Amino acid sequence: MNVCILSGKGGTGKTTVAVNLSVLLNADYFDCDVEEPNGFLFLKPENVVSEESMVDYPVFDRQKCLLCGKCAGVCEFHALANTKQSILLFPELCHGCHACELVCKPGAITYAQRATGRIEKGEAHGNHCARGVLNVGESMAVPVIRKLLGGLPENGNCLLDCAPGTSCNVTAALKFADAAVIVTEPTAFGLHDMLLAAELLETRGIKFGVVVNKSDGKDEIIKSACAERGIPLFGRIPFSRSAAEAYSRGELLANLPEYRASFESIAQSIREAFAWN
Amino acid sequence: MKIAFSCTGTDDTARTDPRFGRCEAFAVADTETQKIVYMQNAAQSAAGGAGIAAAQQLIDAGVKGVLTGNLGPNAFRVLNEAGIKAYRIGEMSVPEALAAFMKGGLAPIGEAGRAHAGMRGGPNA
Amino acid sequence: MELTIISGKGGTGKTTVAVALSDLIQNAVKADCDVDAPNLYLYYRGEDVEREPFSASKQAVVDETLCIDCGACESVCRFGAITGHKIDPFACEGCGACALVCPQCAITLVEQNDAQIILTQTQKGMLSRAEMAVGSEGSGKLVTLLRKNARRVKKPEEWIVADGSPGVGCPVIASITGADLVLIVTEPTLSGLEDFKRVAELCGHFNVQAAVCVNKFDINPEITETIQEYCAEHGVPVAGKIPFDEAVPRSINELKPITAYKDSAAREAVLNLWVRLQEIAKTAGDT
Repeated sequence: MNVCILSGKGGTGKTTVAVNLSVLLNADYFDCDVEEPNGFLFLKPENVVSEESMVDYPVFDRQKCLLCGKCAGVCEFHALANTKQSILLFPELCHGCHACELVCKPGAITYAQRATGRIEKGEAHGNHCARGVLNVGESMAVPVIRKLLGGLPENGNCLLDCAPGTSCNVTAALKFADAAVIVTEPTAFGLHDMLLAAELLETRGIKFGVVVNKSDGKDEIIKSACAERGIPLFGRIPFSRSAAEAYSRGELLANLPEYRASFESIAQSIREAFAWN
Repeated sequence: MKIAFSCTGTDDTARTDPRFGRCEAFAVADTETQKIVYMQNAAQSAAGGAGIAAAQQLIDAGVKGVLTGNLGPNAFRVLNEAGIKAYRIGEMSVPEALAAFMKGGLAPIGEAGRAHAGMRGGPNA
Repeated sequence: MELTIISGKGGTGKTTVAVALSDLIQNAVKADCDVDAPNLYLYYRGEDVEREPFSASKQAVVDETLCIDCGACESVCRFGAITGHKIDPFACEGCGACALVCPQCAITLVEQNDAQIILTQTQKGMLSRAEMAVGSEGSGKLVTLLRKNARRVKKPEEWIVADGSPGVGCPVIASITGADLVLIVTEPTLSGLEDFKRVAELCGHFNVQAAVCVNKFDINPEITETIQEYCAEHGVPVAGKIPFDEAVPRSINELKPITAYKDSAAREAVLNLWVRLQEIAKTAGDT
């Protein structure tokens, strides 16, 4: 089973929840927030191996190219320009779709590969962890996320730590989701963004529940919204300065005695709700 | 020869627009006849790569010179490869801008400027 | 003057700082460029005076009456977006390759309704924002339009304060290019430090004047020091340091700027931040 951890809003504690739960649930951890992957800071995996994540880009055979410009005309992303002297490629705009090849009559286009990120894999706490890292200056996270999740085991137990928001960076990971957990905070921001994430999951028919991080003990604003909509609450993680400090040092919160119980309770709720072993 | 000015509209009330990739329109002037024709900037609807799309539109229109406020690195690369010269023009009406070009002495845009059109790849602002 | 506030990592306090600075600047035009999680509106409710549909993406659509199920589209799609002849809207990138190979011309690319672009008149000035359709993403085009609208309604002497997106991707790039000043709000955590470096590198890449504010700086003085050293090495001014202050979560709950809490240490720090930012803005303007 693959469970995605989402948040809608950034900074609510998605990674905090994901890394701690991966330890308690004995699940493999995949950091899909390839623009800002933080999970490894907490899990500190060993034996890390790195592999480049590649995308295709077109190469033009100048002997065969007629400079007709059909390739530039068909490119929806404006990655090509026909200067009448040559065809120029803007690799960071190229989605690697091969539409240009499809319209090139003289067959002047072939493809080469370039790295836009890397995939790192290691072991921590008896589980596999993997993450994608997008190279700075690159704009397309999805190819790296796809490459990362291409490594998902057939019948594994995995937690997918997703990017914040509800954009294609998140939906690329949701493709593999059997269930999801939305991490929120008990503020108007948290509620607003939780509802956006909930809407996305409902559209995809993915079952989910909510964890309230930085809890004030009551969390009325989230509790009532979840009750109204029949969304299960898996648990809460109390807000405290000591938690913030432990987090700042890259420590696993579940190792703090006062937090262990919170995480175990959440883990248990998730096991029950998703019938997950 | 034909030269293009990035501008704010498609009629005679148009003024020069300092941006290139996402300007409203282009005024294409024939330096021999002094006639000015306007065309909508098709690159405005581009989610990304606006500078490239705008430059392509001008290449396809047979333009040999471009007058604008600023060029990002993508647009600059396309125009440069195409052998189209770019010049910096200030804010004024289109007929005034044409007169300024004819008079000569405008500063060439020699390298990509910063500003929101300027990006080394990535869907363009 | 156009000030854009970004963070690299989410949750560092970007919006909290943006709201506080807007309060000090008074009636600044606000632009909420964090389109995937737009929170500024929650602080500044008002009346929508302009609302326009917006499209920045296309999706392939199959006309089932023409489709003969030949599978050409599925075999050409590089994004795994086609199964049989059914198109997964969340995977489709709108490239049109399927439309090119369909022998029946049964596939067209259709503009999507990605968002509503809105101008809201609030009691504290105009707010330029967007409401995204579910599953749609922010784009350079959208953020540019939001900034363009903000510039359009701004009076000559007014500031624009733009709340940027987290991350280092396209919407962030589009929020910072051409801004007069970019304020990076970061926090002294290992996660925050890594993400801060990535976003600082981005600012260098696009040649924009940056300044840094360390939020909750006292939860980890060592990392705060590391951030300051990095900034000194790279010539990025540290414009402010805000202490961990319980008044801040309270201010978020009450949807008021932190500057409204008279005894708050964070408020004090934001006032100093504002003084320093004006100095940096002036120097940047003079170069």
